[in-house]
Order: sequence, then C-alpha cells, then structure tokens
Amino acid sequence: MGEALHEIAAAGTAGESAGRPRGLLAYAPGLTVAVFLVPIAAGLLGTLFPAFGYLPALGGRTLGWAPWQALFAHPGFPSALRLTLTTGLGTTAAALALATGFCALVYGSTGFRRAEALLAPILASPHSAIAIGLAFLVAPSGWLARLVSPWLTGWTSPPDFLSVGDPWGLALALGLLVKEVPYLLLMTLAALNQVPARAQLDIARALGYGRGVAWIKIVLPQVYPQIRLPVYAVLAFSLSVVDVSLILGPGNPPPLAVLAMRWFSDPDVGQYFPAAAAASLLLALVAASIMLWRLAELGVAAIGRAWIARGGRGLSAEPGLRLAALAVGLLMALSTLSMLSMALWSLASTWRFPAMLPSAWTLANWRHALERIWWPASTTLFVGLAATAASLLLALACLENEARSGAHPGSRALWLLYTPLLVPQIAFLFGAQVLLLRLGLDGTFLAVVWSHVLFVLPYVFLSLADPWRALDPRYARTAACLGASPARILLRVKLPMLLRPLLIAAAVGFAVSVGQYLPTLFAGAGRLSTLTTVAVTLAAGADRRVIGVYVFLQSLLPLVLYGLALLLPAAIYANRRGLARSG
Amino acid sequence: MSGLLRLASVEIALAGRLLVPTLDLAVEGGEVVTIMGPSGVGKSTLLAFIGGTVDPVFSARGRVYVGETEVTRLPPERRRLGILFQDDLLFPHLSVGGNLAFGLPPAIRGKRQRARRIETALAGAGLAGFAPRDPATLSGGQRARIALLRTLLAEPQALLLDEPFGKLDTALREEFRRFVFGLIAARRLPALLVTHDGADAEAAGGRILRLDG
Repeated sequence: MGEALHEIAAAGTAGESAGRPRGLLAYAPGLTVAVFLVPIAAGLLGTLFPAFGYLPALGGRTLGWAPWQALFAHPGFPSALRLTLTTGLGTTAAALALATGFCALVYGSTGFRRAEALLAPILASPHSAIAIGLAFLVAPSGWLARLVSPWLTGWTSPPDFLSVGDPWGLALALGLLVKEVPYLLLMTLAALNQVPARAQLDIARALGYGRGVAWIKIVLPQVYPQIRLPVYAVLAFSLSVVDVSLILGPGNPPPLAVLAMRWFSDPDVGQYFPAAAAASLLLALVAASIMLWRLAELGVAAIGRAWIARGGRGLSAEPGLRLAALAVGLLMALSTLSMLSMALWSLASTWRFPAMLPSAWTLANWRHALERIWWPASTTLFVGLAATAASLLLALACLENEARSGAHPGSRALWLLYTPLLVPQIAFLFGAQVLLLRLGLDGTFLAVVWSHVLFVLPYVFLSLADPWRALDPRYARTAACLGASPARILLRVKLPMLLRPLLIAAAVGFAVSVGQYLPTLFAGAGRLSTLTTVAVTLAAGADRRVIGVYVFLQSLLPLVLYGLALLLPAAIYANRRGLARSG
Repeated sequence: MSGLLRLASVEIALAGRLLVPTLDLAVEGGEVVTIMGPSGVGKSTLLAFIGGTVDPVFSARGRVYVGETEVTRLPPERRRLGILFQDDLLFPHLSVGGNLAFGLPPAIRGKRQRARRIETALAGAGLAGFAPRDPATLSGGQRARIALLRTLLAEPQALLLDEPFGKLDTALREEFRRFVFGLIAARRLPALLVTHDGADAEAAGGRILRLDG
C-alpha cells in the first residue's frame, strides 16, 4: 500500500500543475527578489571594497586598512559611536516598552480600535516633516517655551539653552520615538487580529490578574513573535537614520551615519574611503545589535516564564503602565502639535516670541514658494505614484502566483522582504550610486523610482498580503466553476472585492515614497529633488515660514491619498453592505 | 441534454493517508447521489477534485468524465460543473443582477436579452424585480436561491453540492431542498450531494455512498 500511495502522490501533483499553466506569473517572485536583492548586494559590495581602500575610479587599487585607520583616528569617532549606539538601542527599547505598556493598559477599551485611525496621519507624515515640526516645538524660541512665557518664566526673548541638537541626542531620540511608537502600535494591532486575546484576557482576569499584567503575561508572548521583524526594522532604522539626525541630532560630533554622509558628500573625494568604512561599520553595528537583541529576547523570555510561573497577579504594576500610556499620549500630542505649528508658520507674516499665535497672517509665503516648490512637488508626486504602481504590480503578481500555485511562502520569504528595512541605507546606497553611475542611470527619474521601490515594496506587500490571503478562496472557485478564466477572476472578483485594502496599500506605499530622503539624494545625484530633500536642506537654517510651506505639503500629499483610499471604496460601494465593513 | 457524470478509479490521499479509496461511480441525468461520512473524511475534497479546485497538498488520481468528455486535466472554468457551497458566496461588490450576469455565458449577447434572461430566472424563483438589489440586504433563503440560479445560468452539465443546506434553518431548509431537487429533476442534471444530514439524503432520493475514512 505504501508504494501505491507514492504513485498517487506523484500522479496527483503532476495532474494539478498540468491543469494550470501559470505562464509569466511564475517569474514574479524571482523578478521581485531581483529588483530588490541584487542591487542591495551590489551596493553593499560597492561600499565594502572602498572601505578597504579599493575603488579604481578614485585611484584606490590596493586593499588595506587605511580607511579604517582614518575613521578610528577621527577625533569625533568615539562620541559618534557612543551616540549611535545609545540612541539606536535606547529608542528601540523605549519605543517597544511604551507601545507595550499602552496596549496593555488600553486594550479592550472602546477607544482602542479608534487609535488606528489616529495613527494614520502620524504614520503618513514623513519622518523629516515631524522632526522639523518638533524642532520648532522644543527649540528655545519654540511653542513649548512660549506656552509658559512670559507669565511663568519671565522670558521675553528666547532663553539661552540647548535643546535641538543636544550632545546626548535626546531631541533625536524624541524625534525617533514620535514615529516609532505609532509604528509599533500599528504592527501590534495587526498582530492582535491573529490572537483570541479577548477571551484569554477574560479568563486571566477571572483568575484575579490585573488588566495590564494579564495582557503582558498572556497576550504579549503571542504577539511578540509577529512584531519581531518590525522591531528589528525599528532598531536598524534608529541606528542608521540620517534625515532625522540632521534635523534634531547633535552636529559636532554627529552620529555615525551622518558622519559617513558628510564624508560621502565632501568635495575631497579622498574622504570616500573613510566614509565607506563608517558605512560598513554601521552595517556591522546593525547586524551585531540585532543579534544582541535576539539574545536579550531569549533572556527576557526565560525570566518572563519564571515570572509568569510565580503567579503574581500584578495589581501593583498598573501605575507603571499608566505612565507608559500617558507618555504615548504625550508623544501623539507632540506630533500633532508639530504638524500644526508648521502649518501656522506657513501662513504667518510676523510671529514674535513669546506670542502663542502669529500676530499677522499672510498668503505671501505660499505665493512666493509656489514658483520654486512646483518642481520638487511634482517630482514627489510622480516618483511616488510610479514607485507605488510598480510595487503594487510586483506585490499583486507575487500574491496571485502564490494563490494559483498553492505555494505558501515561509518565514524566510518574510526576511527577504524585510532586507531593505534591516540593512542601513547608507551602507548600500553609496555603492548602488557607483553602480548607477556606471550604467549611466544616476540622476534619472528611473533611478529614483527604483530606489524608492526598494522601501515601498515591502510596505505595500505586507499591507496587502493579509487581506489578500484572507479572501475566502471559494469565491475564486465559484467563479471558476461559473466559467471564468483566472484573469477574469482576478479582474472581476478579487480586485474589486479587495479594492479597499488595495488602495490602502497604495496610500501606505506613497507615504513611504514621499518620506525617502537618502535614496532620493543618492539616486537623484542632486539633479532630482523632492519636497523631503528640499525640506531637510532648508531645515538647517532657512526662514521658518518657507520651511512651513514645504513641510505642510510634505504631510498633505500622503494624507490626501490616504483620504482617497478611505473615501473611494466607501463611495463606490455605497450600496454594497457586504463590503461596507471597515478594515 | 441528459448529462452523465462519471468517476473512474478516483483516489485521494493526504500526506500518505488514503482519504477516498478507489471510487467508480456513474451518475445519470436527474439523479442525486449523496455522499455521507464524518467530518474530515474527504467528502468536500472529493468534490473539489471533481470540480478541479483541489488544494495541491492532496494527492489525487483517477479520471472524471462529464458526458463523453474527460475533464480531469481541464482547468475548472472549462469543466462545465456547477458547484454550490454551504455559504452562498454571492460576490459582495456586485448587485444580484450582476452576480447572475457573472454566471450567464457571454454567448448570450445584447444588454436587453441578458437582462431578460436574468429577470426570467429571478421570476422563476419567486424573486422577480430583485436584480438591482444589494445581496447583503437579502435573507439567507433568498441568497441561497440566487446562488443556485447563478450556478444554473452558467449552463453546467452536472452539479456538485457541498452541504448547500447546512446553514439554513429547518423550515427554509425543506423549502430550498425542494427548490434545488426540483430544478435538478426538471433539467435532468446529474448531481453529487455532500451532507451530514440523513434527511437531506432521503429528500435527494438517490443512491447513498458512505465514506468512512
């Protein structure tokens, strides 16, 4: 009988694949990986070789340690390294703790589900836009100081203290937390859909556990494995971010990523070599930090198991959780105020310290900026739309191929997808630029779109994959039995039924594209600028009224698309109650 | 159009475990053969294999004939087998008429003629004037009838019924059973019915096949 079954197995698989030719779709996963991984790998090599002195175009023909010696001998190196590690590891740990504390305390309350809608505008606004707004809030002449002046502090002119760019990187950490906590919250919300948390919490509370501690002991261990990769992405981002560091971080010495960036753009091309060494060191730091984090996870899990086994009901832990939830609330308020303050600046004519609001309003800022903003704004729009469209096509082709072939990708595919989010941008963008230069593509629209696809595709895919896989496969089977071809099923059944998640994925992808700073800078080779690259450049010292216009538009574009993604399906399916559900 | 659905030496296994032992079966037009057995025994998988939509994790072999044609290697859309599930699976983005038009073959041309065919079908099921309605606003019994109409409008040569009565309450169940079996008899379609419920098998009035795993 065993032998007979072998035969059946062989016949069965052959019969199935013979019935369904998949054609071009079968190449979708391979193509996607190629779009992604080949350039990143090439870019990493193109950074690693110069780090050891090899870059023939600039006269480096022998391998050696000179670039590393130059890096280590730089007077700012020790503090750059310390700053990178403390802000990177510190903000990731803090973001995770705050997000966990918030979920533990607020989960199950009526407002919890609504938090998702509140997160959207914060997540859609580019990092740099929020950072620029935040810089105004916490600056000595900023809104927070104005709030208490002069009635409390007696300040009638901006006080003399250092806030933005403090040597400890506190403002930088705050700027990162403002975006990372909402991101981890959103990931946790998505992961919670997979866990029957409600019933489990009821049981735990019936056993006498406090609400928050029950969440941490019961729900968190189930949720964490699903948000592990996002946490690593946050870790890699915090260690290697450039734009937020330029705006909020200390300037001298700056974090390692900014140091590398500065050397890469130095007119003295000899600085390329220590720059490549710094970028490579950053890659090693990210890899080591992720490994360290993984080890810490194991340690925390062991301690946690013992803690759970002790059976403490944890009623005394509630105040700590309340503090975390409060901090999350403050962070959200800060980011909302940041956006609001920049909108006000864009309409201000005079706004002197310590007035809370501008004393004179004007549209002149917009009129003046409009001429110069037209070009970067349309570049932002078209690059964003092109990168999003390309990513959607690739993601759809992969998902459709998966559905038709019946193959279920494992966790390794997920790691591949996260690669661009885990590798520090500066560690491969420089090498990739050398590659683009050789292909004669640097500074072209195509190059910028491709560099954005690297970061847009993972988000589009992740956002689309769950609803796509959750669609009842019997709809497609029913349609097939009604005589519909696979192409017709895709166009007439699947895509219309998934219109809402499709548009949301597009909006997420567009927002990611609008926020890209470093990829635009490198692939655009200074010839193509977007709202984000201009805004970051202006942040160094231009008039706040001008910056306000750029930052406001930078946040507005993604928000408009997000709004469309919510409104369009609601309008199209106004008479279809079966599709009117949210989510 | 007296059809015939024939299975020749069909076997289905999952991970080396034989679910459906060698099965030879011929269903005449107008007959409903009922397949019964406990959950997880592979009843639905057998229907999916016949319909051409079996999950590749199952290994299946054997041949399926619809009329004189062997369809085993044809994609599901070319087998001309109608399938009905426990859930009506009406497409939520289309109106009732849109759902029925999805099933109606493209060979029937002209907007007006297609609309007339759909209206006739709806009237025959006691649902005249329902074409512009949103499926989500209908009762379970109405939705079930529309799902069957959608299947029949595609002019299948045989029907596969995967517990189509499972979600209806007792009163509706009897009414919908009469509706389904009446149409099967009128059109002389061969049909395979998978069910847990002995009353379904009795109402079907045909042979009963037991799968015991």
